[in-house]
Amino acid sequence: MLRVTKAVYEAIRAHGEETYPHECCGALLGRSSPDGWQIEAAVRADNTRTDSAHNRYQIAPAELVKIARDARQRGLDIGGFYHSHPDHPAQWSQTDFAEAHWLGCSYVITAVANGNAAATNSFRLAGDTEESKRFEQELIEVND
Amino acid sequence: MTIFIPTPLRTYTADKDAVEVNAATIAAALDELTRAHPDLRMHLFTSEGKLRAFVNIYLNDEDVRYLPEKDATKVSSTDTLSIIPSIAGGCPPRGRMQIQHRIPETQ
Repeated sequence: MLRVTKAVYEAIRAHGEETYPHECCGALLGRSSPDGWQIEAAVRADNTRTDSAHNRYQIAPAELVKIARDARQRGLDIGGFYHSHPDHPAQWSQTDFAEAHWLGCSYVITAVANGNAAATNSFRLAGDTEESKRFEQELIEVND
Repeated sequence: MTIFIPTPLRTYTADKDAVEVNAATIAAALDELTRAHPDLRMHLFTSEGKLRAFVNIYLNDEDVRYLPEKDATKVSSTDTLSIIPSIAGGCPPRGRMQIQHRIPETQ
C-alpha cells in the first residue's frame, strides 16, 4: 500500500493538469514501513524530454542528486516517483517498465484527460534484480 | 569520503543510507564499497565490470562520466559520491489509447 497525504495527492494531480498536454514528473519523499511507503512530500522535477514531452519524461540525474540531498536534510527518503499520462490510461507502459530501476519504490501515474486529472494509480517495482523486476499495482491510501 | 546509497540498494548495505570509505580515487572508493558490501557489485556493474547504463555516479554535483579523468579522478575525505539510478518513462509512443471521457452532446 502507498500512503500519501491529501496535500501530496492533490499536488501531483494538479501538476499533471498544469503541464498538460505534456507529461509532468517528480519525486515522492517519505518513510518506509513494512507494508509500503508513507509519502510526506512531492517534489516537482523538470521533464528533460523536451523533444517528446507529450509521451516521455526523464528527470536529470543532477536534479535527483539535489532531491536526494534535500530529502536527507528533511529526514526523508526517496520512496517513489510520479508522472502523468496525457490522454492515456493510468497504467504503466513498456517504456515505464524498461526505464524503472528503483526497486522497492512506488511509481505513481495520473491519467490526464483533456487537461483534467482522471485516475491515479500506483505500481510498486517489486523484485530483487533488473532481471526479476515487475510492477505490482498497490492501493493508494490518502490520509491527512 | 561518504558514498550515499539510494533506497533500492540499501538492502545490500544493511539499510545504511551512507557508507564511509577511505580511497584516493572514485574507482578505489567504489571498489572499497563493493568489497565491504559484495552484493552491491552486480547492481552497479555488468559482468564485464562496466558501470550499468542506468546507474549514475556523481562526485559532489558532477557526473563522473563527464569528468576529464572519469573514475580515476582523485577524491578527498570531504567529497561525496552519490549513486543515482536513472528515472524516465512515458506512455506508449503510437496508437494513442484515448481514455474514456464524456463527449459533450451535440444537437
